[in-house]
Amino acid sequence: MRANGTVFKYGDNVDTDVIIPARYLNSSDPAELAEHCMADIDPEFVKKVHKGDIIVADKNFGCGSSREHAPISIKASGISCVIAETFARIFYRNSINIGLPIIECPEAAHSIEDGDQVEVDFDSGRIYNRTKGTEFQGQAFPPFMQNIIEAGGLVNYINKK
Amino acid sequence: MGMTMTQKILAAHAGLESVEAGQLIEADLDLVLGNDITSPVAIHEMEQMTVDTVFHKDKIALVMDHFVPNKDIKSAQHCKCVREFAHKHQITNFFDVGEMGIEHALLPEKGLTVAGDVVIGADSHTCTYGALGAFSTGVGSTDMAAGMATGKAWFKVPSALKFVLTGTLPRWVSGKDVILHIIGMIGVDGALYKSMEFVGEGVSGLSMDDRFTIANMAIEAGGKNGIFPVDDKTIEYMRSHSKKEFTVYEADADAEYDQEYIIDLGKLEPMVAFPHLPENTKGISQIGEEIAIDQSVIGSCTNGRMEDLRCAANILKGRKVKKGVRCIVIPATQEIYLQAIEEGLVKIFVEAGAVVSTPTCGPCLGGYMGILAEGERCISTTNRNFVGRMGHVESEVYLASPAVAAASAVTGKISAPAEIVTGGAGN
Repeated sequence: MRANGTVFKYGDNVDTDVIIPARYLNSSDPAELAEHCMADIDPEFVKKVHKGDIIVADKNFGCGSSREHAPISIKASGISCVIAETFARIFYRNSINIGLPIIECPEAAHSIEDGDQVEVDFDSGRIYNRTKGTEFQGQAFPPFMQNIIEAGGLVNYINKK
Repeated sequence: MGMTMTQKILAAHAGLESVEAGQLIEADLDLVLGNDITSPVAIHEMEQMTVDTVFHKDKIALVMDHFVPNKDIKSAQHCKCVREFAHKHQITNFFDVGEMGIEHALLPEKGLTVAGDVVIGADSHTCTYGALGAFSTGVGSTDMAAGMATGKAWFKVPSALKFVLTGTLPRWVSGKDVILHIIGMIGVDGALYKSMEFVGEGVSGLSMDDRFTIANMAIEAGGKNGIFPVDDKTIEYMRSHSKKEFTVYEADADAEYDQEYIIDLGKLEPMVAFPHLPENTKGISQIGEEIAIDQSVIGSCTNGRMEDLRCAANILKGRKVKKGVRCIVIPATQEIYLQAIEEGLVKIFVEAGAVVSTPTCGPCLGGYMGILAEGERCISTTNRNFVGRMGHVESEVYLASPAVAAASAVTGKISAPAEIVTGGAGN
């Protein structure tokens, strides 16, 4: 599986409140949540995002509230992958559980800039910046988590067990 | 190699002699929690599973607390969805309007969480029950769904940070100041993926309400859980609230910690976390500038308990909320609300010009019941001051204790309690 798209770049500590503010949490419909994705950090995001695009951020991405609406809104907005220096742990779990590909890679997070064209190979964890011609090795998932992702999320994983 | 307190609880619930940091385990759950925002997503996920019953109807708690009494039609639909699910599956611990409270104040009060438990909740502040010596951690809705269906959850065994507390808290300094001090020291990702274990002779001087507040905000340092050893106060609390059997786990003497911090409680002062991260802390004597406020919120899963209300009332008694400031007091549960009435605290709040709300998470997350306009500023006893957390993206939230929030409501600017109260009893 591969991702290929334009990068939206953010900094440290992007919290789930700015990803999907609580005023929109009266809905749990992915399409509706996607309409407000990144509302309080980047109001232009929903106007500019295309299917397959990639979010790159620095440390502690997805910190704060456990709202699964955050990775759901990102996935439903068309984002194919999130690369960060580190992820907050609940966001990390939630992304795996709903099948949103995420990769920890400090080098890529520091080097990739807003608007770069980036390719990600999930099987190998390789991240290729086509704009700059640079390449990075992201951290691979432990086999246990790989199994959940390959099943298409935790629900399918449990159904198959 | 020895195990930390958290590791011992996880090992016991995974049926293993021992575990070590980094190990992936599957643990049995004693309680699975959800609220009116996260449960509808979990219920939808569970409907897609091949199981059609919950693992144990007594070991699931569904608490309607974020947007209730229903703030709008969509919230009403969410609550209806959870209500119907609770009815269908005969969930014993379903708490609706009239008997609900803010989940993390409510569950210990109802005796549903005790020492030695493993608890997951689809709410990040589920780490609160570590105050009782339980392993409890926040998860998302899909984990909640899997937990409700199977009674199990997967965990990566965490390493730990050790916080050795010494001394006793000075007057007007409380659990909130302890945890804000720690978050300021280690940062909002300082405990990422780790346990925060609070130990030392200073623990015995902390009330249970202080401990709940401290464990509650472990997530604000990125922690997986926060946990306290079980002592006489813990046992007394559990005996007076719960009929559940509890198990006391202690860290091994040779347990390994990534880092150890020694904190002299006697040297702390009231703390304030400036916008827009809980790590932006300053001791109140270090602030210098005058920070005028428009609103003061006293409540939440962090600081809406009896001691918090008593402390605020102690300051507001015989005083008035400054004209131009909105002071909103929110008892965390119906029982706390009733006790506040019986102790005369509600009268004090109303006479001071504060409003007293039914239990709700409302303003903390910018849901309702105290939303901020553009450019407005709030001092709040809640747990997060992120951009737009309480309303407009250009509003500001300053985090502090109930004592500081109450004192600031009186002066109209961020103020130390000692500035307006001299003599009398402490907090």
